[in-house]
Amino acid sequence: MNKLTLKTEGDTHILVTRNFAAPPEAVYRAHTDPKLIQQWLLGPEGWSMPVCICEARPGGKFRYEWTHPKKGSFYITGEFLELVPSSKIVHVERMHLPDPTPENHVETRFDRDGSGTRMTMRMTLPDSKTRAAMLATGMEGGMEDSYARLDRMI
Amino acid sequence: MLTIRVYLYNILLMSSALKLDAAFSAIADPTRRAILARLAQGEATVTELAKPFEMTQPAISQHLRILEAAGLIARRVDGSRRPRRLAKEGIEGIDKWLAMLRKALEKNYNRLDLVLTAMEASTKGEKR
Repeated sequence: MNKLTLKTEGDTHILVTRNFAAPPEAVYRAHTDPKLIQQWLLGPEGWSMPVCICEARPGGKFRYEWTHPKKGSFYITGEFLELVPSSKIVHVERMHLPDPTPENHVETRFDRDGSGTRMTMRMTLPDSKTRAAMLATGMEGGMEDSYARLDRMI
Repeated sequence: MLTIRVYLYNILLMSSALKLDAAFSAIADPTRRAILARLAQGEATVTELAKPFEMTQPAISQHLRILEAAGLIARRVDGSRRPRRLAKEGIEGIDKWLAMLRKALEKNYNRLDLVLTAMEASTKGEKR
């Protein structure tokens, strides 16, 4: 029932769905209230989010900083393009490693499903041209670190 | 069906992480990226690759040599044909990336379930 599905769509999108027992109002709030975001948007074990700034309004900015006792820290910044309370969030975001990665475009929908919520998140991967530009950014660290950082690209 | 975009992304991360200069410079060239994009749709011979790029076969062969040396493509023998395809490791990299993304999301949303339960409990507490 609550199982997550993840599939690719076309050659640029990843589609994720997940059901929650709580109504859309609550799930939306958990995605936009910094105090709530800090409690769950943490990725793999061991990471915490000491800084969480989230201006949940169209044009508003957000900044999430994660830290790990051994793996270091990194952050993402982004802007909200569209916000429909309890229903939809459209934003762009980029990781800073510390050089910024190309932008990811993410659309998240919350639809009422019985007494709960069905969430649909559509991620648009950066195109090959912008990715090629990443070649010049000189990312450092081992593959594991890179993958850990990629965890955050949602 | 997975894409050249994720494939390139993985090459990019792996080559920089492992300091694979060959892979790094191999995909810095737009023609070679286009060749990889074509091979993402299925294997192709030098002749088949040369057509859409309006390049001579020796020119395409040169690009293929660089891609092969970087470990990004492989060839098989089929009679007199030598069709090229994307290297297996890169494809596995895509699967690994998606599996990792799924795992991170699952952990996030399992935590969110708990947050939502706590939110509901505190709302009920306030009403009481």
